[in-house]
Amino acid sequence: MTTTLPAYDDVVARYEPVIGLETHVELGTNTKMFCGCPTDFGGEPNTRVCPVCLGLPGSLPVANKAAIEATIRIGLALNCSIAQWCRFARKNYFYPDMPKNFQISQYDEPLCVDGYLDVEVNGELVRIGIERVHLEEDTGKTLHVGGATGRIHGATESLVDYNRAGIPLVEIVTKPVPGIGALAPEVARAYVAELRDVIRSLGVSDVRMEEGSLRCDVNTSLNLPGEEWGTRTETKNVNSLRSVERAVRSEMLRQASVLDAGGRITQETRHFQEDTGDTRPGRSKETATDYRYFPEPDLVPLAPDTAWVAELKAALPELPRLHRRRLQQDWGLSDADMQSVLNAGAVELIEATVAAGATPAGARKWWLGELSRRANEAGIELADVGATPTQVAELQGLVDAGKLNDKLARTVLEGVVAGEGSPTQIMTNRGLEVVSDTGALTAAVDEAIAANPQIAEKIHSGKVAAAGALVGAVMKTTRGQADAKTVRELILERLGVQG
Amino acid sequence: MAAISREEVAHLARLSRLAVTEEELDTFAGQLDTILQAVAQVGEVTAADIPPTSHSVPLTNVLREDVVVPGLTPAEALSGAPDAEEQRFRVPRILDEDVAS
Repeated sequence: MTTTLPAYDDVVARYEPVIGLETHVELGTNTKMFCGCPTDFGGEPNTRVCPVCLGLPGSLPVANKAAIEATIRIGLALNCSIAQWCRFARKNYFYPDMPKNFQISQYDEPLCVDGYLDVEVNGELVRIGIERVHLEEDTGKTLHVGGATGRIHGATESLVDYNRAGIPLVEIVTKPVPGIGALAPEVARAYVAELRDVIRSLGVSDVRMEEGSLRCDVNTSLNLPGEEWGTRTETKNVNSLRSVERAVRSEMLRQASVLDAGGRITQETRHFQEDTGDTRPGRSKETATDYRYFPEPDLVPLAPDTAWVAELKAALPELPRLHRRRLQQDWGLSDADMQSVLNAGAVELIEATVAAGATPAGARKWWLGELSRRANEAGIELADVGATPTQVAELQGLVDAGKLNDKLARTVLEGVVAGEGSPTQIMTNRGLEVVSDTGALTAAVDEAIAANPQIAEKIHSGKVAAAGALVGAVMKTTRGQADAKTVRELILERLGVQG
Repeated sequence: MAAISREEVAHLARLSRLAVTEEELDTFAGQLDTILQAVAQVGEVTAADIPPTSHSVPLTNVLREDVVVPGLTPAEALSGAPDAEEQRFRVPRILDEDVAS
């Protein structure tokens, strides 16, 4: 199907988008939601299972207190009301990713309701309403074999690993977000990024999209100005922040082209295609009645104690948005400079580097300079570049102490990234320390003066600027391992000139 | 007026993956109708101030601490499975359905 899509500017001039996001977050508890099986990522198939998460007859689930607490904290951080009484519900469906033939979830009584999250887009605050935050259990992993590898179509059978089945999963659903026009894709992305930061700041999940501990479904619809909201589609398989933005944008363009041609939007689930950036239709959604939700008889209701909720609320950390504002002030950064720190994903890294003893400027220089460059080249996250905040702080400390100049420090950093050890070890092992032995340095300076009598004469007669050539010569003989400033001072001193 | 139609029973059977014959549909529709009418009598005496009962025990907040408890070995886990491969449960292929949640 190769219909020509309309231009984005043209689409947002004629249509108004409404978006909504459903985000699933795997909690980082030690154990599963309803049993004591461990939750570590990876592991040999079916090594983290028990009668409860396998749904064996006679087993009974018991809710994990830490997961309830984490969900309430997420709800509080998102300004939600916490239910005083609520129940789990059975969502019945036949699919082997849940061995019980149902998933324990929450239906009409979510744990947290009616909140909001403020996100910043282009310097403006956009308030995203939160409909609900509820708790459920994750599903197992299905491997389709026969036919095309890993795909449902053409598969002859499926192999199932239940290690992931039963891991606590929090679902966060926004209210529909209208009135954001052309900014819709950016708002969607900013929301997911902010939500990720909030959850990370709570320490309840590692929220890594690439490992699937944060997953996002994006709802999009278009309507003509002044008319009712259009039919929405739900796009699944959106696995990065960039994809969130692309998915909304491409779905807006696709829907506009359907509407322009006089067609109607079908309410359906679509799948985001990472390679092309567009969406393709999936199955038609089963209706809620088909899931035959009913209160989970094996779990008694939850009634979070008011005092407990108040205690959790009082202990919430500073929200990331406010935390960033404070850091910006502490670091003395302009909005533009702070934005580059944010874009580089370096806030926490710089913060940790400063905490490890570096100056904000020193920390920022390494993370936004050399290390960002390496991360970009390798196409990886800055945090995965191979240097830790402690190492960067140590490196900057060596520079500040005059043991490394900038050039040598970059070489040491290369060693750090290559896993050769701490900056000090690398400096020593590779013999990279700045020559601070004045005797050796003076000898090199004298050698340079003797080799360049004409330049020396110029300097001696007052043309101090000519000293640069001699500094260069000394740096060459010391293989860059001298401090240029010290060398310059020494040259002037030997030639009896005031600096 | 029947409390449940033959079509509704067929729909429920399909959702529950139960193979029900045409004759059985008639039988079950009749039986379920009798059951539903009996239950409906309870509905007649309920007052607005009595919430529906979902749990027969007056308990809330039965929670456990987040502590790992040893589970089953893969061999034990797979011992009751009709079929297994690569330490995974082997099941018939799934058509036109997607993962929930």
